Amino acid sequence: MPLRIHSRGLLALAALIIAACAFPPASEAKKLNVVTSTTDMAALAQEVGGDKITVEAIARGYQDPHFVEAKPSFLLKLKNADMLISVGLQLEIGWLPPLVTQSGNPRIQVGAPGFLDASQFAEILDLPTGQVTRAMGDVHPLGNPHYWLDPDNGRRVARGIAQKLGEMDTADSQYFQERFQDFDRRLTAAEKNWDAQMAPYKGRKVVTYHTSWSNFAKHFGLQVVGYIEPRPGIPPTPAHTIEIIQLIKRDNVKVVVVEPYFDLKTPNSIGSATGAKVIVLLPSVGGEKEVTDYFKLFDYDINLLIQAFKATQ
Amino acid sequence: MKKLSVLVCLLLGWALPGWTQQPGNASTPAPCCDALEQQFKAMEERMILLEGQVRLLKEQLAQAQATGAAPGAAAAASAATPAAAASPAIASGEGGTQSSGYGGAAAAKALNPDISAIGDFISDAGHYPTPPGSVSRQAGFQSLNMHESELGFQAIIDPYARGDFFISFGEQGVEVEEGYVTFTALPGGFVARVGKMRAAFGKVNTMHNHVLPWADRPLVNENLVGGEDGIDDAGFSIQRILPAPKGIFLEATGQVFRGDSGTQTFFVPVTPANPTGTIQQTLFTATGKSDVSTVAHLRGYRDITESTNLDLGLSYARGHNELGSGSLTQLYGMDATLRWKPLRRSIYHSFIGRTEAIWSQRQQPLSLLGEQRSFGMYASGDYQLGRRWFVGGRYDYAQRARDDRQLDRGTAAVLTYWPSEFSQIRGEYRFTRYAEGFNANELLMQVQFSLGAHGAHPF
Repeated sequence: MPLRIHSRGLLALAALIIAACAFPPASEAKKLNVVTSTTDMAALAQEVGGDKITVEAIARGYQDPHFVEAKPSFLLKLKNADMLISVGLQLEIGWLPPLVTQSGNPRIQVGAPGFLDASQFAEILDLPTGQVTRAMGDVHPLGNPHYWLDPDNGRRVARGIAQKLGEMDTADSQYFQERFQDFDRRLTAAEKNWDAQMAPYKGRKVVTYHTSWSNFAKHFGLQVVGYIEPRPGIPPTPAHTIEIIQLIKRDNVKVVVVEPYFDLKTPNSIGSATGAKVIVLLPSVGGEKEVTDYFKLFDYDINLLIQAFKATQ
Repeated sequence: MKKLSVLVCLLLGWALPGWTQQPGNASTPAPCCDALEQQFKAMEERMILLEGQVRLLKEQLAQAQATGAAPGAAAAASAATPAAAASPAIASGEGGTQSSGYGGAAAAKALNPDISAIGDFISDAGHYPTPPGSVSRQAGFQSLNMHESELGFQAIIDPYARGDFFISFGEQGVEVEEGYVTFTALPGGFVARVGKMRAAFGKVNTMHNHVLPWADRPLVNENLVGGEDGIDDAGFSIQRILPAPKGIFLEATGQVFRGDSGTQTFFVPVTPANPTGTIQQTLFTATGKSDVSTVAHLRGYRDITESTNLDLGLSYARGHNELGSGSLTQLYGMDATLRWKPLRRSIYHSFIGRTEAIWSQRQQPLSLLGEQRSFGMYASGDYQLGRRWFVGGRYDYAQRARDDRQLDRGTAAVLTYWPSEFSQIRGEYRFTRYAEGFNANELLMQVQFSLGAHGAHPF
């Protein structure tokens, strides 16, 4: 009897394995199947990958990339991916590792050829010095992960992705390089335009909700003088809100920047108390329907910022 | 002289962009200045690239040392995957990330796996009458309890596997709650685990205490699935995503365990025969090597909208009970979870509705009662009111596995406050009508706090 029970258990397991083997994963398409953690990485990959790749992002552009649910539907995307591009610097630490582990896809495991952490190509700001503790909030010990908001970093990441795509698909390596050169030319031209538009506002002080805008501010010469969050990831407190109101008044700050996934209640009350204009800037491609690529992201944000600066002059 | 020329170049490079962006000069930079600016930019690009490579090398060195990998193997890996630079940082959490910081001390810490500690303190107040001779259910909730201190050690072992250890220090002693290796690079889309692990039976059985939306576990888990420990045993597991119509996630899991799990300690009146005043009951007991237990789970999931999803599961478990190799206990379960979380406001509002129904079939050949067929279920709802506040309720209904004539019922209301992601304070009022005929009204207060890098649990 015990032996029969043992055999039954093993038979059930064997049946499971055979059933699974009988339905192998869908055959790989000729195009490289790229999955990215965020829409920004997807936009950059699409720029250099063109029609030789398919790209899908896990998080939506209007979603807080720190807090994405690791839903099983994402495993359907990951299980057949040839390449996974992550932002890195712990931005996705709360949801991407379990998805990668459960995907059953050896190609995209950490350290495998199909895994790419794009942060290695970018200029990283806000590297904490000294001991990092959670008393500092939900701080990223490796530096600020919102680096794609500097177009120069966008160029660097695109170059790295093109290089990586070329390694994975050597036949189309030249194609990816040409796509990158074209992206580089268009980005350089757009950058000149954005720089010229923002030039009159260099040195302007702003307050932001979260520490998402360090790279953006550095590139366009803005000064972020305060945050609505008392610490990264910690919701606003009444005492800190009063401090921010005093800071805005003292430093004559005219614009408060909020990401689309944060509640506007506290920013609006700060705006009412100080006269500062509260604007919702997009940190990611897809934050609004019309923001469909990397260029439109900066077009949208710069346009809103300039309008706000003009309105508060 | 060379240093001086470099300094001049740098100064020019620093000054030139500002000069060239003056309104009058923006479109007509001098050719020599343009060349210098380009040189400066090229140097800057190289510096950023080198910084990234330094991060990469530190990660690879740390990983090679941590795993004891041969330097040649590490070099080969790096040559094959030059772009995998900071990749270990993602999966290895803070332990990994500290390695790629720029300080020497941080690099040394990278040799460690992610280490975390989670404290779970529970106080229990209220009216809990215990008639003489009765068994006190839901043992462990005394007036003040350091209910559990869970230590976690998690790391990527090598390119093919990761390891997770969770050691639980409770009021009754220490045990390895889970300790397993996950093989992530198997062919055919299989994911295998070997070690001690919580079985994939339903939802609550798979959850660690700190991820439960309540301070306690539902009565059905107490009565039919081995209580807090549940089906948690040494063995191996294999799972795979199955083909399904587009948009449907279907996953099958098969597990084989030694057959010892679900140990519960209950308090009884102290007698000369039982000076400790406790008795132990188990769900599965292996009296021989062939008395393995098996668990099978089929999970189906679908996004209804981008904010709403439905998660369904069927579970089966089979093992031998303490009455011997000839006595089987079989469990059948189904679970359903409906989640709602609006993506634009995902950190402020969410709802989870969940139910599990479990049937137990326990052979008791030597007992007067004979085979017992018991049923239990719970249904719960948890709503997030704001970024820090959650409210929820649960209904419990559970017969007892050893005597299906005995039925316990209960309700609970829960309010949770999150000072941050890393701590929570919870109050739970629960009313239970026990089969012995007495009612318990209890107020549980729970404080949980988390230290270090605790990896995310599966969804």
